[in-house]
Amino acid sequence: MRRSAAGAALVVAALVTTAACGGGGSSKESGDGKGAGFNAAVDKVAGASEKKGGELKFIGTQDADSWDPQRGYYGFMWDFARYYARTLITSKPAAGGESTTLVPDLATDTGKVSDDKKTYTFTLRPGVTWEDGQPVTAQQIKYGIERTWATDKISGGPTWLMQVLDPEKTYKGPYKDESKDKLGLKAIETPDEKTIVFKLPKPNGDFLQMIAMPAAAPVRPDKDTAERYGQKPFSNGPYKWVAYSPNKGLELVRNDKWNKDSDPVRKALPDKISVTLITNADDMDNRLIKGDYDLDLNATGMGSAGRQKALKEKKGNVDNPQTGFIRYAAFPKTVAPFDNEHCRKAVIYGADHTSLQTARGGPQAGGDLGLSMLPPAVKGFDPAYDPYNIKQGKPDAAKAKEELKACGKPEGFKTTIAVRNNKSQEVATAESLQASLKAIGIDAQIDKYDGAQTTGIIGSPANVKAKGYGIIIMGWGSDFPSGQGFLQPIADGRFIQESGNQNYPELNDPAVNKTFDEAIAETDVEKAGKIYQEANKKVMEGAWYLPFTYEKNIIWRSSRLTNVYTADAYNGRYDYASLGVVK
Amino acid sequence: MFAYIVRRLFAVIVMLLVVILVTFGIFFAIPKFTGADPALMYIGKQADPAAIEGIREKLGLGKPILEQFWNFVSGIFAGRDYSSANGSVHCPAPCFGYSFKHENPVWPELTSRLPVTLSLAGGACVLWVTGGVLTGVVSALKRGTVWDRTAMTVALGGVSLPIYFTALLSLAVFKYKLGWVGGEYTSFADAPGSWFGGLILPWVTLAFLYAAMYARLTRATMLEVLGEDYIRTARAKGLAEPVVIGKHAMRSTMTPILTVLGMDLGALVGGAILTETAFSLPGLGQAAVAAINERDLPMILGVTLITASAVVFANLVVDLLYAVIDPRVRLS
Repeated sequence: MRRSAAGAALVVAALVTTAACGGGGSSKESGDGKGAGFNAAVDKVAGASEKKGGELKFIGTQDADSWDPQRGYYGFMWDFARYYARTLITSKPAAGGESTTLVPDLATDTGKVSDDKKTYTFTLRPGVTWEDGQPVTAQQIKYGIERTWATDKISGGPTWLMQVLDPEKTYKGPYKDESKDKLGLKAIETPDEKTIVFKLPKPNGDFLQMIAMPAAAPVRPDKDTAERYGQKPFSNGPYKWVAYSPNKGLELVRNDKWNKDSDPVRKALPDKISVTLITNADDMDNRLIKGDYDLDLNATGMGSAGRQKALKEKKGNVDNPQTGFIRYAAFPKTVAPFDNEHCRKAVIYGADHTSLQTARGGPQAGGDLGLSMLPPAVKGFDPAYDPYNIKQGKPDAAKAKEELKACGKPEGFKTTIAVRNNKSQEVATAESLQASLKAIGIDAQIDKYDGAQTTGIIGSPANVKAKGYGIIIMGWGSDFPSGQGFLQPIADGRFIQESGNQNYPELNDPAVNKTFDEAIAETDVEKAGKIYQEANKKVMEGAWYLPFTYEKNIIWRSSRLTNVYTADAYNGRYDYASLGVVK
Repeated sequence: MFAYIVRRLFAVIVMLLVVILVTFGIFFAIPKFTGADPALMYIGKQADPAAIEGIREKLGLGKPILEQFWNFVSGIFAGRDYSSANGSVHCPAPCFGYSFKHENPVWPELTSRLPVTLSLAGGACVLWVTGGVLTGVVSALKRGTVWDRTAMTVALGGVSLPIYFTALLSLAVFKYKLGWVGGEYTSFADAPGSWFGGLILPWVTLAFLYAAMYARLTRATMLEVLGEDYIRTARAKGLAEPVVIGKHAMRSTMTPILTVLGMDLGALVGGAILTETAFSLPGLGQAAVAAINERDLPMILGVTLITASAVVFANLVVDLLYAVIDPRVRLS
């Protein structure tokens, strides 16, 4: 999952959040002036500007999983990658929901689709070049995409294109490719240097979303350093890499071979872009507030001390966007009594929703109460749909008891809540749930497991069953804003895996799976949205998940930033490619 | 003397081999026996079996543990090659492992961070030794006075307050509230002024903790030494008090201080984890925290080895210095 997730809990930070000694009361204004206002950059542009120059300064507590376009999976990496990696099409440089519209980037248009919806043809723009001035070709785009197939070496990145273009995985990747030009993947054709044709075995309504990901960016074979490519990707965007030191920082400067006329998407305002990486999240917040840096690269939300200080003293520099994540509890059906729908419903009714929201950080830092399993940014979301009356916020003990009776456990039962030990908010939600379930007779023990081992612990259905994890606390954000990106991986039975499983309830209902097939085959997004709405209803009626919040973050925006807005396409982060600085 | 040094160096090598073996065992052998798969820690969202296999191969997890150990040790002296999609990656000697997470050899990464940690440890050391020993000596000489009591109370405070508390307090006050000290760490070669400015707060904070310990240690040792017969003899001979204290008493006092200093400095070179984290200094300690967060085993192993080496060598230097300071010590 796109776990932008966080610079894990760090000894010091954890020990001292309370003692963070924010100091407070500093009369010195940060940066050069006052912020543009609370939420000034949420769904709208703050400080619109075309002024070039200056250094845009990012700070962060977590390095990317990889800066290689085919290997990166963290949300902030996808946002940042637009500085140096272009794709055929990309997200529209616009605020809020409009950013999820796709616009041409390297291509001249968003593709010509055949009548059977299985062939997509793109033509490359003139003037698109690499940082050494050589033109970007269709073959290099194909080569870049092919790298995803070399999963043993180019690991970690999204594999959507592989699943859609070559579901049987007949191709072995360019490094084991016997053909001379290493372009053996059958599903992509490159009749000439300017034309690229994708041939899908069956239609997929989200195919364009998949080729808008950095994983579909071109890589030039003579510059491909395979696993090490992420150390210094060869740029075809407005900036190129000059220095990178893992966990310390990186620096990009203007790519003078980038041709503005060939790029309708990127503003390329700053002369230089720097990233400083540190390990102390509280210190990062302090430095942001002091004005030493412009924004948090990871954008996973300010810590509690920094948040309070920022909201109190510099509220005009704070934004509170939706992240597109839902925080939730899942009920694995292999662990009794959660095989019984009524026992699952009992937990949903017994939960104290407001308390769970508070554990996540409250309405601002945590988010609005989650009512179902589609988030607001995804087509098919219906704000009125609330089958368990979660909106009223309180536990419904009477209904919970009724469900317990129907489940055959009128006195309650014992179970275990599995929660990552390195996410304090998740642990807090587990404790909240434990407390409210106790009131209806459900005795839930909390098992805090090593958060770095999620893949092998809760991602292994066999282990979940053996450990008796009846309730799993997790969160989920989609790779692209559609029901296929969000709901299918966590609700379609064909996605259940032996290791790295994300469908924690192990929900495998043919009716639900069929709904996904229908929605994916539908290329009209509005119509597809309606079908995903149906899928969402089926998942909620089965009581497989208890949503906590539609997550929100508190993020810092320095007074130096111009042209700044949050983009749904990047999980509520600012659109990095559009940012500028005042000096 | 020469034979002594050779013998000690040999012991140092054996010691480091044991450290490598134990660290190696913790990271690679124990998970193997308990059935945990380190490869799974690296895998992303789609846990493709080929990807897991690729990671296992890269980390060399499939090979017998002794072979892995041998490859690691020989790599330190001879360098080694790691397999790669297009050929192989050479990790030149001294190869302290290859970070799979960031796809680069560990050693250059460690050496790039070493100057930061050395600057921190060195500067703080000068401060705490000067401050701590001076305070201790004066306290011993003025035993029972107001000065003595005040100094020792402050020292007790310094020993008791954990570094993560004093560090954050000093940051909040001197950096964020008063704005007396600024900025980022800059290397000495680039800008000596900024280097000093960026490090002064960490130095003072770190030195406060250690100076307190050294002051108490110096005072106690000095008091003991002052009661020795040879001091009385020196005084009886009519030697001036500064000579008695500075030449005769100090030499004996320095022996235990040097012992502790060797270990403290060695451990600090391995990374003042809390200090570097609190002050966001890009040194070895911060590398260790980042590596632990990312479960970058080769990197953790590298930092561990540097720490162990620093402690072992610092102790060797201290042992050699004994002979210089204390004429009673003969190295043989």
